[in-house]
Amino acid sequence: MNRLRPGVKLILYIVLGLGAITMLVPFLWMLTTSCKQPDEVFSASGGINLLPRYFVWRDTIVDGSKIRAWWGNYPDAWRAINFPRLYLSSIFVAVVGTFGQVLTSSMAAYAFARLRFPGRDKLFFAYLATMMVPGSVTMIPVFVIMKHLGWINTYQALIVPGLFSAYGTFMLRQFFMGLPTELEDAAKIDGSGYIGIWSRIILPLSKPALATLTTFTFMGFWGSYMWPLVVTITETPRTLPIGLRYFVGQHATNYTQLMAGSMIALIPVLVIFIFNQRYFVEGIKLSGLKQ
Amino acid sequence: MRRMKQVSQKQKETVAAIGFLLPNFLGFLAFTSIPVIVSLIMAFTHWNIFKQPFWVGMENFRSLLWFHGEGGRLVPNDPFFWQYVGNTIYLMIGIPFGMAASLIVALMMNQKLKGIVFFRTVYFLPSVCSGVALLILWKYLYNADIGLINKTIRLMGAYIYAHKVVGVGFTVLCAIVFGIIALGVAAAVLALCQWICDKLALPWPEHALRVATVIAGAAIFIIIGWHGRTVYNMVNIFFTTPPDWLGKAEWAKPSLILMGLWGGLGGYNMILYLAALQGVPSSYYEAAEIDGAGPWAKFWAVTWPMVSPTTFFILIMSVIGGFQSGFMTADVMTGGGPAGSTTTIEYYLYQTAFQNFNMGYASAIAWFMFAVVFVLTLLVWKLGGRVVTYE
Repeated sequence: MNRLRPGVKLILYIVLGLGAITMLVPFLWMLTTSCKQPDEVFSASGGINLLPRYFVWRDTIVDGSKIRAWWGNYPDAWRAINFPRLYLSSIFVAVVGTFGQVLTSSMAAYAFARLRFPGRDKLFFAYLATMMVPGSVTMIPVFVIMKHLGWINTYQALIVPGLFSAYGTFMLRQFFMGLPTELEDAAKIDGSGYIGIWSRIILPLSKPALATLTTFTFMGFWGSYMWPLVVTITETPRTLPIGLRYFVGQHATNYTQLMAGSMIALIPVLVIFIFNQRYFVEGIKLSGLKQ
Repeated sequence: MRRMKQVSQKQKETVAAIGFLLPNFLGFLAFTSIPVIVSLIMAFTHWNIFKQPFWVGMENFRSLLWFHGEGGRLVPNDPFFWQYVGNTIYLMIGIPFGMAASLIVALMMNQKLKGIVFFRTVYFLPSVCSGVALLILWKYLYNADIGLINKTIRLMGAYIYAHKVVGVGFTVLCAIVFGIIALGVAAAVLALCQWICDKLALPWPEHALRVATVIAGAAIFIIIGWHGRTVYNMVNIFFTTPPDWLGKAEWAKPSLILMGLWGGLGGYNMILYLAALQGVPSSYYEAAEIDGAGPWAKFWAVTWPMVSPTTFFILIMSVIGGFQSGFMTADVMTGGGPAGSTTTIEYYLYQTAFQNFNMGYASAIAWFMFAVVFVLTLLVWKLGGRVVTYE
């Protein structure tokens, strides 16, 4: 792209800036609402009080009415839906599920990319074909399987069906196909077995692809909604999104607390993203189609 | 001797392959391929999960997809289902707008500007934290009385309609903007038709349609001008008593589309477009410049064809995804209402399977979705093969 004229530059900045404001205002609204007094939200008439009316560090009494500290909604939300439990569940499910999926995918991808065995291409085609099947087609039978195994309302039900992914296998296989074979040949001459080649040559060479798959699988597990909703009944194995959903059900109009709860759910994700945004962007580029 | 060694080497490789494939393949069997077949069988049964399933043949599909006569008129056996199919398609209107917005944002992000990383991060924020928390936030933003959106609109309305002169001026401005948008949409649709006809080598009555567009555009403005008073009242009502976005059937779907645009315009599609734009060789632009092309001509002659594979990819993925979407929004924000206006096929499937425990019927819905997605993909694929430019 050639250099821009200053006028064009200014217009671009204005348009991008307006867009950025549109993106940020809802988040800021969420933040300020979570610091307001519970009744402050309900003034339908009147202007927009973007900032909380009272901003005190300790609960105080003003004109005979009790004013809560600005952070007062956070402990309430924290207690109301047992956040530690939800966070632990979510992290556990996402970490184990992601590790398992990347492991099985990379193993299968290695077999598809490098090993010769009868029926390989047919089997790979079958894998590709299943990528078109909507998740809702397999969901009901898998639910029935979980029911027969007695896995309803357990962590296994949340993790095990997600351990195998045709998409991950496909993506890694494409990447492995593009790796040079010289190193493998050298390792073979040195007497390295298949496991050695896979673990000591293929995997280290594929770090970018593995990082991408890990990122997306993790985000998939972390944000997964419908399946956890279907297979969990009690609070114990529930993940964060499901916990939040029931929180909405119980506190339908308590917006200050809802916003505080939502903030608690979002802050870690936001922090991780802001410090690693480069990898997200690179990863998406990598997972996109190669022209 | 050599042959023996070769054979054993081959067997060794096969054994190793089986070992490497086994974990994934077992999951593939247990959680994908066998469930697909089971689901197809279930679609022909009646099963409420508590009793034994029994075979009912085509009955599920007949009550889902078929029609019966009622007082001399054809009535669908399951009118709700067709309403929900309509909802799903309506909500997919957002896809082309979202794609256009993503491309425009990507074009801006592709410029050499200071602080572009900041903008990229901010625009990507909604995609990274998409989920229940954001939907809760938007439910609050859309709240009729205390939501930020309606508060802003009411504040603007109070300010504008305090003086009649300002109000009239504002109405004229709104009418012009509305007219231009209507005209722009019409022109865009025509351009798309023309482009497709061009690529498929079909005849296209260029001049007749151009004249028709101009006449239609003039007509839009005349009609708006003629009904000036009505437009004034409508704009006035909108700005002083803004609608209950998620609570009115006619506003709920546009609201969800708008929310989707907000969340999607700087997200994954934008990054894919950005990658495609960065892959365009600058020599192409230089060649176009030598031919005397301005920015507009350069876009249509170089950029647009060069990103067409990406456009095609995003379109296929969005259509497939769009047909199976809407569960989380319906479940968290609207409960499928008001009056079923935000219930999509996916949400109906969930209700049928896990609230009414009608597993057979739900499987039939799932297979309907599968069939539609399959046909749509084939169609886009066939059409795309002809209109996409590969290098």
